[in-house]
Amino acid sequence: MANANAVGAVAVIGGGIAGVQSALDLANSGYRVYLIESKPSIGGVMAQLDKTFPTLDCSACILSPKLVEASRHPDIKLMTYSEVTALSGDVGNFTLTVKKKTRYIDVDNCVGCGDCLAKCPKKVDDEFEEGLSKRKAIYFQFPQAIPKVVTIDPDNCLMIKNGKCGNCAKVCQRGAVKYDLKDEFEDIEVGAVIMATGFEAFNPTILEAYRFDHPDVVTALQFERYTNASGPFAGHIQTSKGELPKKIAFIQCVGSRNPEINRAYCSSVCCTYAVKQSRLIKDHHPEVDVAIFNIDLRTFGKGYEEFALRAQSDGVRFINSRPSGVDVKNDGALSLRYEGAESEVIHEEFDLVVLSVGLEAPKSSVELAKILGIELDKYGFVKTDLEAPTETSRIGIFTAGVAQGPKDIPESVAQASGAASKAGALLNEARKSLETVVEIPPENPIGDEPRIGVIVCRCGTNIGGVVDVPAVVEYASTLPNVVIATEEMYSCADDTQSRIYDMIQDYKLNRFVVAACTPRTHEPLFQQTCQEAGLNPWLFEFANIREHCSWIHHDEPENATHKAKDLVRQAIGKVKYYTPLYSQSLPLVHNAVVLGGGVSGLTAANELAENGYEVDLIEKTGELGGNIRKLESYKEKLETIIQKAQSNDKIHIHYNSVMENVSGSVGNFKGQIITDGKEAKELDFGIIIIATGAHELKQPGLFGYQENPIVKTQLEFKEAIDKNESGFKNVVFIQCAGSRNDERPYCSRICCTNTVRNAIQYKEQNPDAEIYVLYRDIRTYGMYEEQYTKARELGVHFMMYDKDEPPVVSGNTVAVHDRTINLHFNLDADCVVISAATVAEEGNRDVGPMMKVPLTKDGFFMEVHPKLRPVDFGTDGVFVCGLAQFPKLFEESVSQAQAAASRACTILSRDALLSPAELSSVDESVCVGCGACKDVCPYHAITLEEKVVTQKGLSFKAVRSVINPAACKGCGCCAMSCPTGAIDQSHFDNVQLLSQVKSVFYFEEEVN
Amino acid sequence: MSEVKTTAASSCASSGEFVPKIVMFCCNWCSYAGADGAGVSRFQQPSNVRVVRVMCSSRVDPVHIYTAFLEGADAVLITGCHIGDCHYVNGNDKTLVKYKFIKSMLNEMGMEDDRLMLRWISASEGQQFAEFVTEMVEKVKALGPSPLRKDGVV
Repeated sequence: MANANAVGAVAVIGGGIAGVQSALDLANSGYRVYLIESKPSIGGVMAQLDKTFPTLDCSACILSPKLVEASRHPDIKLMTYSEVTALSGDVGNFTLTVKKKTRYIDVDNCVGCGDCLAKCPKKVDDEFEEGLSKRKAIYFQFPQAIPKVVTIDPDNCLMIKNGKCGNCAKVCQRGAVKYDLKDEFEDIEVGAVIMATGFEAFNPTILEAYRFDHPDVVTALQFERYTNASGPFAGHIQTSKGELPKKIAFIQCVGSRNPEINRAYCSSVCCTYAVKQSRLIKDHHPEVDVAIFNIDLRTFGKGYEEFALRAQSDGVRFINSRPSGVDVKNDGALSLRYEGAESEVIHEEFDLVVLSVGLEAPKSSVELAKILGIELDKYGFVKTDLEAPTETSRIGIFTAGVAQGPKDIPESVAQASGAASKAGALLNEARKSLETVVEIPPENPIGDEPRIGVIVCRCGTNIGGVVDVPAVVEYASTLPNVVIATEEMYSCADDTQSRIYDMIQDYKLNRFVVAACTPRTHEPLFQQTCQEAGLNPWLFEFANIREHCSWIHHDEPENATHKAKDLVRQAIGKVKYYTPLYSQSLPLVHNAVVLGGGVSGLTAANELAENGYEVDLIEKTGELGGNIRKLESYKEKLETIIQKAQSNDKIHIHYNSVMENVSGSVGNFKGQIITDGKEAKELDFGIIIIATGAHELKQPGLFGYQENPIVKTQLEFKEAIDKNESGFKNVVFIQCAGSRNDERPYCSRICCTNTVRNAIQYKEQNPDAEIYVLYRDIRTYGMYEEQYTKARELGVHFMMYDKDEPPVVSGNTVAVHDRTINLHFNLDADCVVISAATVAEEGNRDVGPMMKVPLTKDGFFMEVHPKLRPVDFGTDGVFVCGLAQFPKLFEESVSQAQAAASRACTILSRDALLSPAELSSVDESVCVGCGACKDVCPYHAITLEEKVVTQKGLSFKAVRSVINPAACKGCGCCAMSCPTGAIDQSHFDNVQLLSQVKSVFYFEEEVN
Repeated sequence: MSEVKTTAASSCASSGEFVPKIVMFCCNWCSYAGADGAGVSRFQQPSNVRVVRVMCSSRVDPVHIYTAFLEGADAVLITGCHIGDCHYVNGNDKTLVKYKFIKSMLNEMGMEDDRLMLRWISASEGQQFAEFVTEMVEKVKALGPSPLRKDGVV
């Protein structure tokens, strides 16, 4: 832990999704954050992506709210276009020197109007568009850039280079262009640093065989811009001749799995992004032939295998072959050379070739690592230990995201939260010492007559490509009480928020409607904007014209436009009856419950305790350690974690215990800890982390398991070899035993890595043993690829089998058809190791409903958003980590457990919780005290009390219903049950709902 | 209602073909999320349904349903979390009781009770959501316009 004089601030280097997540978590747990980004805008590579796998969410749509939140957070200071040049001091009291590169713009005066862009004569390749289009020498990094100020690129500016031009300064009405500005340096004091510098995409120029010089050979990152509606081709996929390609090839592992160019690792994400891109092609153009050339298809994440299966059923061809090169024919056509199923050489022509380029460490990380004094691995990624995936070699300096190694977005986000938790724990003494107290601006008087503003969002082409947005705007502006209606390209972008702010001020609006996407993700953003503009946030209403309209009526634009108008009218019908609502401050219990005493649960408990909170850790068995308890090779690591938990007096471990009868909600849960099936202990807690794990499938008869004595599961084999048990001469591993089949379509993710690790361990112990691995795709992603290479070098034999022709184990023989060389083998075996599927705990079916959180159809817990909220649920205060969420390796579990703790800290660090504003209320003059509401309330929030009631000048005693705001959750069932209409639910009251229902059909002035 | 100031946006029913108009109540946690899921996965569906979001299906009052019918809905659909999954413990149990009651009322009133339907749809059941919409639109097309439909409101 840092010293008592530690600074309650953290520097996060890198403003991509990982850096932004770390910054938000820290800022929401009481720390000041400096978010340092070398580019002109935050957002990183994710801002460039079109859609994200496996949900095909629009990347910009899900990223934007986070960027906006980071840019608006009072405790996050954005330092864009800035670089760290020096670091001094030590943990708790670092001084970072930050070079603020000059934009040649007075940023306080630039309003981002963009007038200067039009007058700039110099065009250069646009980096954001991956060189596919041009930008000016004075530019925004991308249209929704945050902060929204321009930057002059001095290498291309004619004025700065030659002293000739000066157009931008001439047109700038605000005098913001200043060619003589210089770089500035600022020293910032922080207690800790998080390095989240992300990656660069591999440049395929050096792999000459792939002919990246040809205009129709593009990188996958370029292809993201091809499909993006706001990209250079407006989302129309085309060849350099401007035609729709008939055939598109994806070549995998370009700059990955290639030791010859020092890129021996697997980049982890390319297979799934190629699947995503292939599906986007098929969605728009089912007739286009798409082939993905791969060595192994590595769709190992949650939902990724099913995602790939869907691509397969869409007709995407998956070809198990790595093309040796791309030939450019005399007429300029592209031809791929590759090996076919019969080992013959095939030449196949394609119109467009996409190179699935790998991820590599940014070239600048070497210099930065030197400044920070931390170690990198041989590829330039930040070096970490297995048990501490967010900690660098220097105390007080953490890392997250791809800076630490290739990984996908959810893992980057989880690791970013994890790094935030570690930094927060380190600086716990200084928490809140630099926190900003937010003042909510006073509310404007709202008057009697509704004055409604309406924004209709295009969402690029997501809405605008189907719905006639101008027609909806025009229609909305004719509706009663609508003062102003306008359209926006991206209504969630930061610049739109300032336009909403101005609209509310300029037109004296007292209600606001945004017709865009779903309120479930974007309502808080617009509510906050309203609040900042002096409008009570509950005077805002959403019309969902994307998920509920343009996306589902793609082929009937006329009807979609008609429906969009109806939805806007419905929203207006409801919003005009809205009234301001206010939350109440409620007490919060500052302790946590962790369910499960495996690696994840223990890590989460340790993190929470180090962040200063009491934890009750509930383990159903009599021992800690979960799945790896019996493994010798993990003993030391596990012992350290267990020791830490047992010796921390903030952690209370309950063995042989379960949690039952949970009630309440975030901040104020109540539950019973049942120990040994009888003894019950009542407990109040603020948050809960579900870390109940998963287990290896033990299915009798699976490849002879429990029938044939030579068949073991992977864990059983590991347990045996950890004890140095040997004597097996011929070991055969069978992958995908019980995974990737019709019953369990998912990939269990961890088995391939465990197999190669175990194969290496056994081969090293017994060099004479013959080891065979029978697999469908080897999925040793990330740095685990090195293990796969090592196993092959040690002489482990790998044979690829087909899903429809699995190996057959009979006695001491394993029959297999090696599909790579098309030969049948009968392998002698004295040990068969099956990589049995990782399956969800049956108990999840009880825990899920008890905590009011959903499960996937495979029985794992389903997080609220698979991309950006990987450990959160829709139910506040409940988090998940480890195998309970999906199979994962030790180090990934640690990272995710830290993330869950970090998310929990954003709640536990608050002084009080705010009650939901949309509660039920009783009109005592109408209530007759019948108690029907009391009977139906699931939260026991309603009581009957004797009150003195005054009606028509008479005062008398009578029984009336009373609602407890701390217990009411705002479901509204009491309102339905009330026979006299005395109870109503605010924000969903009868007048509002009836007006909305009536507005479905037409719009009328008054409901009554 | 003669005092109506602004009529509905021009309907696509100019051909004279019957275009059912359906009001669907969705709970915030499951079926509304299911509807979002249908959108995210691009499960195409007829455009006849207008969703009214409530926090819990148990909030839906008989008055809301009758009003929808009186205003010209050809069908009213109530959707919520699966039994046992209710975000508010057991709201959907109460919805079920009220649903059965209202359905029998519609019967008494001489209206086809198929015009009121209840379906449980979870947040992950986007496909089921789209299928339910498609199925109901077909069913209502077969039933024809609601007997309560007002003249002039299409």
